[in-house]
Amino acid sequence: MANNPEHRDLFPGALELMILQSLRLKPMHGYALVKHIKQVSDDLLQVEEGSLYPALQRMLREGWLEAKTGTSAKGRPTRIYRLTDAGIRRLEKEVVSVEKMFAGITRVLAVAKI
Amino acid sequence: MEWFAQFFSRRRRYEDISISIQEHIEERTEELMADGMPRKQAEQRARREFGNVTLLEERSREVWQWPALESILADLKFAFRRLRKSPGFAATVLLTLAIGIGANTTVFSVVNGVLLKPLPYPDSGQLVSLWLNAPGAGGLANFSSGLQLSASMYFTFSDQNRTFQSMGIWTPSNASVTGVAEPEQVRSEMISDGVLQTLNVPPAVGRWFGQSDQDPHGGKTVMLGYGYWQRRFGGDRGVIGRVIQVDAQSREIVGVMPRGFRLVDRDFDLLVPLALDRADQKLAGFGYSGIARLKPGMQLAQADADIARLIPVWMDSYSNGPGTNPHYYEIWRITPGFRFLKQQVIGSIGGVLWIVMATVGLVMLIVCTNVANLLLVRAESRHQELSIRAALGASRMRIARELLIESVSLGILGGVIAVGVAFAGLRLLVAIGPTDLPRLSEISLDAGSLGFTFALSVLSGLLFGSISALRYARTQTSAIIGGTNRTASASRVRQRARNVLVIAQVSMALVLLVSAVLMIRTFAALRSVEPGFADPQHVQTMHIWIPDLLISDPQVVTHIQNNIVDQVAAIPGVTSVGFAGAVPMENNDPNWDEISVEGKSYEGGEPPLRLFNFISPAYFNTMGTRLVAGRDFTWSDIYDLRPRVMVSENFARESWGSASAAVGKRLRQFSNSPWQEVIGVVEDVRVHGVDEAAPATVYWPAMLNDPYTPKPTIDAPRFVTFAIRSDRAGTESFLKQVQQAVWSVNASLPLAAVNTMQEIYSQSLARTSFTLVMLAIAGAMALALSLIGIYGVISYAVSQRTREIGIRLALGAQKGVLRWMFVRSALGLTGVGVVIGLAAAAALVRLMKTLLFGISPLDPLTFLAVPVILAAAAALASYLPARRAAGVDPVEALRAE
Repeated sequence: MANNPEHRDLFPGALELMILQSLRLKPMHGYALVKHIKQVSDDLLQVEEGSLYPALQRMLREGWLEAKTGTSAKGRPTRIYRLTDAGIRRLEKEVVSVEKMFAGITRVLAVAKI
Repeated sequence: MEWFAQFFSRRRRYEDISISIQEHIEERTEELMADGMPRKQAEQRARREFGNVTLLEERSREVWQWPALESILADLKFAFRRLRKSPGFAATVLLTLAIGIGANTTVFSVVNGVLLKPLPYPDSGQLVSLWLNAPGAGGLANFSSGLQLSASMYFTFSDQNRTFQSMGIWTPSNASVTGVAEPEQVRSEMISDGVLQTLNVPPAVGRWFGQSDQDPHGGKTVMLGYGYWQRRFGGDRGVIGRVIQVDAQSREIVGVMPRGFRLVDRDFDLLVPLALDRADQKLAGFGYSGIARLKPGMQLAQADADIARLIPVWMDSYSNGPGTNPHYYEIWRITPGFRFLKQQVIGSIGGVLWIVMATVGLVMLIVCTNVANLLLVRAESRHQELSIRAALGASRMRIARELLIESVSLGILGGVIAVGVAFAGLRLLVAIGPTDLPRLSEISLDAGSLGFTFALSVLSGLLFGSISALRYARTQTSAIIGGTNRTASASRVRQRARNVLVIAQVSMALVLLVSAVLMIRTFAALRSVEPGFADPQHVQTMHIWIPDLLISDPQVVTHIQNNIVDQVAAIPGVTSVGFAGAVPMENNDPNWDEISVEGKSYEGGEPPLRLFNFISPAYFNTMGTRLVAGRDFTWSDIYDLRPRVMVSENFARESWGSASAAVGKRLRQFSNSPWQEVIGVVEDVRVHGVDEAAPATVYWPAMLNDPYTPKPTIDAPRFVTFAIRSDRAGTESFLKQVQQAVWSVNASLPLAAVNTMQEIYSQSLARTSFTLVMLAIAGAMALALSLIGIYGVISYAVSQRTREIGIRLALGAQKGVLRWMFVRSALGLTGVGVVIGLAAAAALVRLMKTLLFGISPLDPLTFLAVPVILAAAAALASYLPARRAAGVDPVEALRAE
């Protein structure tokens, strides 16, 4: 699974960034998150379940998320993840740093083209 | 506090994780079903896509954990659950471990208390025992204390040395205390100025002795030991200033020493100032032990050189009276051989203790191999489980860790029980140990011992666990799942580890058995030595001291002693009574001095020193010491001060060729002393223990002219040991009657050191019997454990090869041949173990050389008998499972599986 050639590995922190961003729109449960990211990225990004659930737990521990008992679309009990204030601050910081990184990478690539 | 709350909310977290994942999979399943997939297939696909649910749940949970610790805890839980499921195995292992570790903890506590801990004095590393070597002084300089100091030596050394801060001398004594309760004889130490200053332990109450207390003409004072203070004065702090009668002398109590304080290794009731008169000192009187505290930075060698310089000064400063040569002592060749106090206190017991420690250490190794063997069998039964786990992706480390955790927790559990075993063992050991074991009171199960137990538990756990861990963490997964029990070759590889363990066990057991048997042979050799007295369990002994202040006239002293003899002889059942300056094996030599035999000239002009004893008539008869020639003293010999002596047989042979030739010959002490006629010769007595040659001895009558005073003055030994021969010796009613008899003569005379001669004799063998008991226990344990090991290996081999045995039987193998096949393999293992063990034993028993008596460390009988016994026992241990093999029903065996 991890070596699926169609999907390259994300850089560290990317998964968290996407989770934070997705949950900023609305609180979601795990499967919804996977589907949401897949849809929004037009199938370009596929979230590994193997990383998703440990990542969610890590973020809960950091206090960026909170989990609430809820029901899924089908009415079964599940856990809904919601962004906390600390999570929003984290997201903003991460977005800034990622944008800087992309800008940097773009410039380097532009120079290489010449 | 947040983590605390987290910890408790963790269960909820875990639940959250599984609910989320559950929902995830179900939603995916439904989605797939919506695409038209049948439910079963959809579920399978969803699960496959998701991956390893358990693993992911575990990973998600780990976020909340301290992962290493928690998985170890999980392993621990698992290990305990497995142990509970096999109580037989658990009990066997834990019991074996508890005994092994317990024995080690016990002996370690003794080694720690006696050998390792520093002495309980401040800066005890600076304390020095003033040991003098004097090869020319005969029995006066012995192995236990060297040449002791004389008071004049003390004054010279203490005044003029440059290397010591302080120095003091003391001599043990007995004191009668009257006026407190009924007359009591207590242990007292006569100490000079400087002893307390050197040891530097402040008093619990009151003050130390000072200069004024040491003034021979000053006020009389005394200090109390803690135990005596508690016992007689109830720990009353108001005792300071009270006056008690010590040897009929009024003394004021000035201080009490604290609990646990000992004068080097002696426990005491009273400290009494020596109060030496400087003006009245001679060169001689070598009766004091000396201690000193080095100045900071000084070495022993510097101290030796310093005092070596002072020995001629001492000879120039004092004399033994007019007409004596003060430089006579040059032939004694006195040199300082100072040693640290701790070394002096420990003495020669160190060797014994280290040997016992090594012995129980070896037993521990055998215990470990046995447990390792059991664990191997256990791991074998889990072989398939472990292989499957390895196939499912458990790493080798993970499996090894689990096996090690199991074994270490076994070790620690065993260690916990072992503390109980050690507690009991320590009491037993202190009870059976030699009473001359130094620092006995300092032996306890303290933090050091507990730390040792813990370390030993963990280490042994790692040791016996590592064998199965190494073995099973390495297994090839593919090879195992398929061919489980059907192949014989797989079990052969596994059997090898167990075989090696058995060989190791046998060789270690052999070493222990050899040393145990050597000790048994030593003990037998010692027991067969003629000690110079007979039937010791029927000889009652006791010390009676008649102090100067109670009876000043020496002739009256002898009359009182004579009266006591008469009164005691009248007790029903008493066949003979006598007394002497010292009875054998109490480590108490009345005197050593020069004796010249008439008509004999000596090399260097000075005759050798001989042991003196002072005896009453019938003393030899009471002790059962044979009269070889001539006759015994009579009371008229004694009262008439006739110049008569008796001598030991070896002295008679050395001086006159034979015992009978000695009778009527003459000897004397100094050139100005009168000649003494030899009237009788008695057999040699091993006064210093059966393992030491009997010294040539001169027996003086119990009253005589003192040769050390310028004018003849009558003297009598005031400290004597009575010997009473009776079938009732040692019984309480008898002792009561003896006490009444003594008190009917003089009511102020206490009895002390009341023992039968048998007790004294046993005590002199205590070190040997202690070592013997310890080695015998260790040897028996080792033998039992290695037999269990052999039994286990063979019966396991039988159970593994049941199928093969069935085939052999079906093909017509003889049962006898089959039995022999298994016994032979056991004997093969034993043989290899014996060869290795013999080589190891030959190398190791040399360390025991000093403990042996009358046999060589390579005693051929021992080295022949032990392997034979071991082989016979091994054959028996393997015969039992082998018989089972021959009893296998071929049909059953082949139908099984």
